[in-house]
Amino acid sequence: MSDAVVPHKTDAGAPAAHASASGWFTRVIESDLFYSFCRSKLTITAALVTLLFFLLAIFAPLISVQNPFDPAQLQLINSRIPPLWTADGQTPFLLGTDEQGRDVLSAILYGLRISLVVGVLGVAFSGALGILLGLIAGYVGGAVDSLIMRIADVQLTFPAILIALLVNGVVKSVFGNRLDAASMLGVLVLAIGLSFWVQYARTVRGSVLVEKSKDYIAAAQLIGLPAPVIMLRHVLPNTMSPILVIATINLALAIITEATLSFLGSGMPDTMPSLGTLIRIGNNYLFSGEWWIVAFPGFALAALILSINLLGDWLRDALNPKLR
Amino acid sequence: MSVRQNLLAAIVAAMVAVAASPASSQVLRYANQGELKSLDPYTLKETTTIAHHAHVYEGLVGRDKDLKIVPALAESWETLDPTHWRFHLRKGVKFHNGDPFTADDVLFSADRVRANGSNFLSNVPGDAKFVKVDDYTVDVMLSAPNPILISQWDGWYIMDKKWSEEHDSIAPTPASATTPSYAALHENGTGPFIIESHQPGVKTVFKVNPNWWGKPEHNLKEIIFTPIASDATRVAALLSGEVDVIEPVPIQDIQRVNASGVATVMNGPELRTIFLGMDQARDELLYSNVKGKNPFKDIRVREAFYKAIDVDLIKNRVMRGLSTPSALMIAPQLFALSKDFTRPKADIDGAKKLMAEAGYADGFEVTMDCPNDRYVNDAAICQAVVGMLARIGVKVDLLAQPKAQYFGKVLKPGGYKTSFYLLGWTPASQDSHNVLHDILGCRDDPKDPTRGEANLAGYCNKELDALADKILVESDTAKRDQMIKQAFEIAIKDWAYIPLHQQALSWGVSKKVKLTQRADNQVLLYWATKQEE
Amino acid sequence: MLAFTLRRMIQAIGVMLAVGIIAFAMFRFAGDPVNQMVSIDTSAAERAAIRKSLGLDDPIIVEFAHYFANAAQFKFGVSYQFRLPVADLLKERMPATLELATCATILAMVFGILMGVYSALRRDTLLAKAFQAISLIGISLPTFLIGILLIYLFSVTLGWLPSFGRGEVVKIGWWSTGLLTLSGLKALIMPSITLGLFQMTLIMRLVRAEMLEVLRTDYIRFARARGLTTRAIHFGHALKNTLVPVITVTGLQFGSVIAFAIITETVFQWPGMGLLFVQAVQNVDIPIMAAYLLMVSLIFVTINLVVDILYTVVDPRLRATISRPA
Repeated sequence: MSDAVVPHKTDAGAPAAHASASGWFTRVIESDLFYSFCRSKLTITAALVTLLFFLLAIFAPLISVQNPFDPAQLQLINSRIPPLWTADGQTPFLLGTDEQGRDVLSAILYGLRISLVVGVLGVAFSGALGILLGLIAGYVGGAVDSLIMRIADVQLTFPAILIALLVNGVVKSVFGNRLDAASMLGVLVLAIGLSFWVQYARTVRGSVLVEKSKDYIAAAQLIGLPAPVIMLRHVLPNTMSPILVIATINLALAIITEATLSFLGSGMPDTMPSLGTLIRIGNNYLFSGEWWIVAFPGFALAALILSINLLGDWLRDALNPKLR
Repeated sequence: MSVRQNLLAAIVAAMVAVAASPASSQVLRYANQGELKSLDPYTLKETTTIAHHAHVYEGLVGRDKDLKIVPALAESWETLDPTHWRFHLRKGVKFHNGDPFTADDVLFSADRVRANGSNFLSNVPGDAKFVKVDDYTVDVMLSAPNPILISQWDGWYIMDKKWSEEHDSIAPTPASATTPSYAALHENGTGPFIIESHQPGVKTVFKVNPNWWGKPEHNLKEIIFTPIASDATRVAALLSGEVDVIEPVPIQDIQRVNASGVATVMNGPELRTIFLGMDQARDELLYSNVKGKNPFKDIRVREAFYKAIDVDLIKNRVMRGLSTPSALMIAPQLFALSKDFTRPKADIDGAKKLMAEAGYADGFEVTMDCPNDRYVNDAAICQAVVGMLARIGVKVDLLAQPKAQYFGKVLKPGGYKTSFYLLGWTPASQDSHNVLHDILGCRDDPKDPTRGEANLAGYCNKELDALADKILVESDTAKRDQMIKQAFEIAIKDWAYIPLHQQALSWGVSKKVKLTQRADNQVLLYWATKQEE
Repeated sequence: MLAFTLRRMIQAIGVMLAVGIIAFAMFRFAGDPVNQMVSIDTSAAERAAIRKSLGLDDPIIVEFAHYFANAAQFKFGVSYQFRLPVADLLKERMPATLELATCATILAMVFGILMGVYSALRRDTLLAKAFQAISLIGISLPTFLIGILLIYLFSVTLGWLPSFGRGEVVKIGWWSTGLLTLSGLKALIMPSITLGLFQMTLIMRLVRAEMLEVLRTDYIRFARARGLTTRAIHFGHALKNTLVPVITVTGLQFGSVIAFAIITETVFQWPGMGLLFVQAVQNVDIPIMAAYLLMVSLIFVTINLVVDILYTVVDPRLRATISRPA
């Protein structure tokens, strides 16, 4: 439902857009952005938590006591062990195990990987698609512009979740039901990417329209720079800050969308669970006293989304000069 | 004194009156995972639907609390000779609209249940000819002896000829029709309850039938049925007292329900057998890294798979004790000599050795097909199987899907597209012949095209088929049981299938309600009593 | 103006056609519907006969043309599972979904605007921070988990609210409403909160951001300079200006609310279109799936069209450019 997270107008003068390689560090330190960052303890915490999650995901194999995706490593005899600090806890299962004898902590770490991969790739894909279409629409104009924007209009009212379900279904019907876990990941990225591109396209198109009339573009055209170069080198950097805001918020939304799809049965398979799949499975144990199977993945997901959202909020406020 | 006596007499009289008419005054609310889709009793052969219909419709015969066949609309029957049966119908029975029940209705129903669009074709043999002798006597002529003729007739409900004709419902609702069938939305049975209102997939209200011919064994005036698909919500509704009976209770929630103080879970073994099958028909498996040959054709591989799987561990961990490991492809309640069979214990080392002997010391890869919304904890069982097979080096790629996709892929119309799968089976006739014929029978029998239709593994042994044919016509029970035993022994010797267990019934019942649980998992509320509120 | 409206309507029809094709193509291979209609021991010959009678053996073009011709007349065929016309089923289920979606939207607007205004005007108070926190949690937990937690708390533990269904409904013509009975209203509370939480968060943040922006504009400064009371400035000018985008976004989001009702309805067994759709997906009931998608897109397209036209009416400048601002 990202559709209505209305981005701020694109005329925000973006600080630090053209940071050159040398001296970027001083620029960052001296920037308004960094100043505002340091002022907010909440933002620092959110950034640290987000960073921690990414690190945990990257180094999951080093921290985990088992690979929860490898059935040979799961022992049914170890199923449903409560967390370590409770009376029946057992080492090495810090947060307990689930029905299949999967270590909950390892499952969270590996699930985090899947969720983040889906989220990051989904956002990257939708960003690339949106930026490309936005640039084309804005720069070329005319019929192409109105076609792209019409599609965008329609899609903006069409909820992401339905689009994702649709894409999921189309891909499944094309490739048959035989989809392994890895290709399922691809499908999710595709589905999420296709549902979130509109905001980027609109934002970029808006900036392109503003920039197009400026003198430096005319100058660039005059010296014979090809259109793609002008767009990528000169127009695009000026739209980076709103895009960054959208991307951050969309990352959170993409991860939630994946979890929701998983609840509706179109997410990652049980043998290779994402955080969302873990919560869906754990859901079944909410009444049965095995709270740890759902509580920890749920907590991890909420903490992750919350920190990303906080970062996004701060970015939006910080990059919006009107709010300073 | 006389006043007092009068008063006493009045009280006694009142008490007697209360006791005599077990005041049908209670409303029972019931929630099931599945919904009641059509009221037409011939359109969907599925346990929950059949059980719902049983409240309003009745067959010639019924089954009692122990699944024994008992008279219903037929008061009695006899076999004049092995191919000639005679049924004496109950007199004075009226349909809910007041039409009298006669032999014409039986003949009509026999045609209708075998007409296009019926899902109950196999319940009544196609070669059986129904002949009206008089208004209350019907003869059935067969082309060959069939001792289990009436074994599926408890699910064949009798409909009103006149009513069906009046409402243009002579045939079971054709699925392609553009207008709804009247019979899909309305009922006119003879049973103990009348459907007062029916919103498909939302709510169905049953009212007691005051004119029912039988003696009610319940104290209800009304049953309100609501489907609740979500497990958590269904359990919550029971715990909060919003409903009185739910089916099923997910096994992980059983303890919670029992500890709640407001409801308990009724458990019992179900007749359905859950088993694993291995494609032994193809020369090369569809989904495996072994090319040019089919490892499952090697009996040692099948034995190794069998021995690698620890059903007791599945029972204890995945099923939380609520399953009965099975040595046979049929539930012990349905076959008298089941106790002669014991299931070999899991033996990882033995399995590894067998794999090595067969030339698969390093195992191989195979894809497993599994439903994830059909049987109790089906996907979890499959995951456990994957883990167990990993220990003998077999890498199983699990494809767990909703039943719609799963059945579409693995069943005959989908081309048996599977290499290794999990399936559950309840013999509709409650008889071993069904298992021997449908699951263990050879596919592609030119004489009998329906043989082996559910034999997704393509197991084939002509000796077993020959026995199955003899079993069908044998009417001496003891002799028949011996032959069945012999047939099952053949299948076991061939390691044809890997039976896992019979899953447990799991009904959540409010403490205010007393209920009878039947092993076929039909929730029959005409045996329910509810405490006064 | 007429030409513009006409063009938009043609576009809308194009969208509907596209949705129809996608929906149909998607579900055509989603699974074998025959498996859902019959029991597992049904013979292959019997299955083949049913396939034929359903027209599943026709070439796909024929099947689609046939379907679309009927859909244009609101004939969506007969549901495979219920063997009832899909149009009737949708008609029966629609009131439930629309009532839920409307309640959720109203709830979201009332609380969203109140909380948004407060947190904009009293930016640094504890309560404003609390509102911010609530709004963040609202979008940080998956909807289905929120629903189940609510059930656990209010139905199972406290026993205050029903865990499923609509309670008692009253029929007014073909429309069934739960708004006129106590049990119906009680049943509406938790699903509305679950469904409306996300929208509330959205509205609250939007109101807050817009308010902050408007409060900075020159005419507000001017109003202050003129000596208007703070109350008049805040509510007479600032809020009024804020509400236009809020109402627009809420309107455009109504479609989303209906779509997200799929999840809420599944959790609370709410007998609406979303639940019907989810069950149809599980049972590969193609007529219902296709009809649902068409219905939902019809609602989207209609809302979009109305908003477009209203915009041009309200803001004459747009008549020239025809493109709607973000």
